[in-house]
Amino acid sequence: MNFAVLQFPGSNCEQDCVHVLKHLLHQKADIVWHKENDLGDADCVVVPGGFAHGDYLRTGAVARFSPIMHAVQRFAAEGGLVIGICNGFQILCEAQLLPGALIRNRSLQYRCEQVFLKTVNHHSPFTCSTPHEKILKIPIGHGEGCYFADAATLKQLEEHRQILWQYVDSTGQATDEANPNGSVHNIAGICNAKRNVAGLMPHPDRSSEEVLGSADGLFIFQSIVAHFEKTNEVHL
Amino acid sequence: MKAKIIITPKKAVLDPQGKTVQNALDHMGYKGVGAVHVGKYLEIELSGGDQALWKKQIDDACHKFLSNPVIEDYRFEIEP
Repeated sequence: MNFAVLQFPGSNCEQDCVHVLKHLLHQKADIVWHKENDLGDADCVVVPGGFAHGDYLRTGAVARFSPIMHAVQRFAAEGGLVIGICNGFQILCEAQLLPGALIRNRSLQYRCEQVFLKTVNHHSPFTCSTPHEKILKIPIGHGEGCYFADAATLKQLEEHRQILWQYVDSTGQATDEANPNGSVHNIAGICNAKRNVAGLMPHPDRSSEEVLGSADGLFIFQSIVAHFEKTNEVHL
Repeated sequence: MKAKIIITPKKAVLDPQGKTVQNALDHMGYKGVGAVHVGKYLEIELSGGDQALWKKQIDDACHKFLSNPVIEDYRFEIEP
């Protein structure tokens, strides 16, 4: 499977993503500079974390107009798989590939810590290989990760089962204490209605090996690969 | 000409900055201070074109880029 990992001025997690995809999952992964106009033969686009364009104006606001984002829009419209992690999630929301927005954390603090995630819907390319009932331990590192959407959008997210991950405590309860940033409904990550575009604030790229304190993030990347292989088998 | 743009968080959106500033003002003794909304102010220098055209263009830019309609409202004036 071929991954295109985008790189904007200010991205700082693209190498982490490439490392996981290449060395742990043995897939092809290339970094694609934001000024490029095409994604090559990518099967999945990863929009990594960082501070694209310095987070100026709003997080992701400038990045969404980078030339490569036109290609990402086309790719997503054709059903291609796209995942945004942290700043990548913010960029995908600004690009309107995902609904809602990410605003300043409720605490006003930059939060950098391990959180627990519940997989709310396993029927997506991003969650299909995560064991049921498994609570994921994955770190966050953000100042603007409070997910906001208006009531109508939230209703739609729930009706279409687009909420993929929620912040929970270690026992799996979505409590207010377990919510690190004030996200509505403890939302940590969502997908679009077609389920080919997803975004999440926590970093699976920083938690795919035990040496980093957790390997739970690998389930998310493994899901993408498993989904792709399964879909391709059907096509053959 | 100059565009003067004010962007504020929508009323329904959590505004922890505004709340913090409100609390600080209260602690400083400014009694009777109500809700505070922290936004952004932009000045854009414009050359050429007429005011009506700029009004249309700045409105477009505010909607597409300078504000995020999901979380923010904007208003602006074009100063001759």
